[in-house]
Amino acid sequence: MKIYVCVKHVPDTAANIKTAGANGFDDAVCKFIANPYDEYAVEQAVRLMESQGGEVVVVSVGKEAAMATLRSAMAMGATRGILVTVESQFLDSEITSQALKAAIEKDGKPDLIFTGKVAVDTEGFQTAYRLAEAMSLPVVNEILKMELRDGKAVVEREIGGGSREVLEAGLPCVLGATKGLNEPRYPKFPDIMKAKKKEVKQMTLADLGLSAAAARIELVKLEKAPDRSGAKIIPGPSREAAQALVHILRNVEKVI
Amino acid sequence: MATIGIWIETEGGKVKEANFGVITAARGGGGENTLLALLLDGSAEAAQEALAPYGVHKIVPLTAEGADLDQSPDARARALAAAVEKLSLNALLGLATTPGRDLFARLAAYLKLPLASDCISVDVARQTVCKSHFSGKTVATIRMKASVMLCALRPNAVEAQPAAVRPEIVPLTVTVQDPGRVRVLEVRKAGGGKIDLAEAGIIITGGRPIGSAENYKILEACAQALGGAVGASRAAVDAGFAPHSMQVGQTGKTVSPRLYIACGLSGSVQHFAGMKTSKVIVAINTDKDAPIFEKCDYGIIGDLFEVVPMLTEALTQK
Repeated sequence: MKIYVCVKHVPDTAANIKTAGANGFDDAVCKFIANPYDEYAVEQAVRLMESQGGEVVVVSVGKEAAMATLRSAMAMGATRGILVTVESQFLDSEITSQALKAAIEKDGKPDLIFTGKVAVDTEGFQTAYRLAEAMSLPVVNEILKMELRDGKAVVEREIGGGSREVLEAGLPCVLGATKGLNEPRYPKFPDIMKAKKKEVKQMTLADLGLSAAAARIELVKLEKAPDRSGAKIIPGPSREAAQALVHILRNVEKVI
Repeated sequence: MATIGIWIETEGGKVKEANFGVITAARGGGGENTLLALLLDGSAEAAQEALAPYGVHKIVPLTAEGADLDQSPDARARALAAAVEKLSLNALLGLATTPGRDLFARLAAYLKLPLASDCISVDVARQTVCKSHFSGKTVATIRMKASVMLCALRPNAVEAQPAAVRPEIVPLTVTVQDPGRVRVLEVRKAGGGKIDLAEAGIIITGGRPIGSAENYKILEACAQALGGAVGASRAAVDAGFAPHSMQVGQTGKTVSPRLYIACGLSGSVQHFAGMKTSKVIVAINTDKDAPIFEKCDYGIIGDLFEVVPMLTEALTQK
């Protein structure tokens, strides 16, 4: 099987984000990682390759630094990588999906494409869908379970309140992975070393005939989210404190 | 004056309460917008009854010719897309629940329109939204340059305001061509009709100190007294005390209830990413130096096994 996995290089979820100017952030001072959900996608692809043969190609649209995320995916077992370089961390997801499509189609014919369910930086929740639509492929996001059966993917996703839906999609298709699908492996040192030598094709957005200027989403402002100033501690033994809390929630905050 | 469609999410044929806040968001400041409630399922009469207090002008039940909406998520998106066109909508709003996010993403991809998902506020007149970036650490204001604004709102992010209008029912039939790409084989309902965490108005969450799956009963009793739902931290889920569907935070659910009670949680950045837009946050923790106390509204320093039962007791006595 030829499996493509789309990955994004994002600030560490634990990192502090220092906003800069009206709509930017200082990416020199924060640690970046592979988008956490994309690791489930890489793991699933690598397992399929291990059981069925073929190759796993990881594709990223990002700044030059996104090479690190491609390397980490290759340390997990991906065969090689493709990096489409852009100038900004923020790119209209319609353009991102066009870039992914162009990069994939230029490289080969996919049997399966994986993504993470969402990128934790912009939290846009749509690139997988746009990629699938652009390629006229089926898409299912937030999958927790999957198996291949007679040239089809049978997948499970949660639909709220603990209920689940089982869906069927013909191959090739685009599947968005979420936590629960598998347990991503920790690459061992030799794998990390090996990954450094794996092939990465590099191209720019312009090489694919695309431009970030076509964006229809404009990030006007990026501000630090307001933080609470600190808890009002309700004193006293448990019983009294609990009663005082109920009184506050009922009569002061009026939330119960 | 704009014509705004609101996709109404139903469950078991009933209109979900979380829709009411979306209607308030769609109405905007001046109240001059015409609001159309679009139904893909459920009874139009029941929706008329449920939505009348919140200011919807028309209830539009959609009938799709040529496709089975229950079997195909793409058909649902395309039925909605046809309605957007036929009704000349300026914007379409809906809930960013699991089904809602999926529906809006399919719709946006199909119509090749920009989409803002999981928004915490929306201004249709200015074509801007506010939404979380970087797991809740920053708020982004985004302008959408499009003929139709597509926006899915985080449940409970906008508080519902009453505005009584008697809506009329105006059915609409659309022709849908299902691309036949994805088919629903089975829906496995969770037992007990539990309220989804993402839509709950009140949530009580237990962290790792809860110690076992069994001990969540303490929180469940309290949640029942509050009319809320129970959540879990990542550490508790990873330890096997609770299923992933209960996880709040990064790699779990994002919630925005009016009351969030965190029991035995340290207050990691990743957890706050999933609940910081809650209206009132209460923490219960034995460690007075736990970082969570710096970021919440009220705190009780104490053992959850002692405090939570007391809380349940205080809630049940009038």
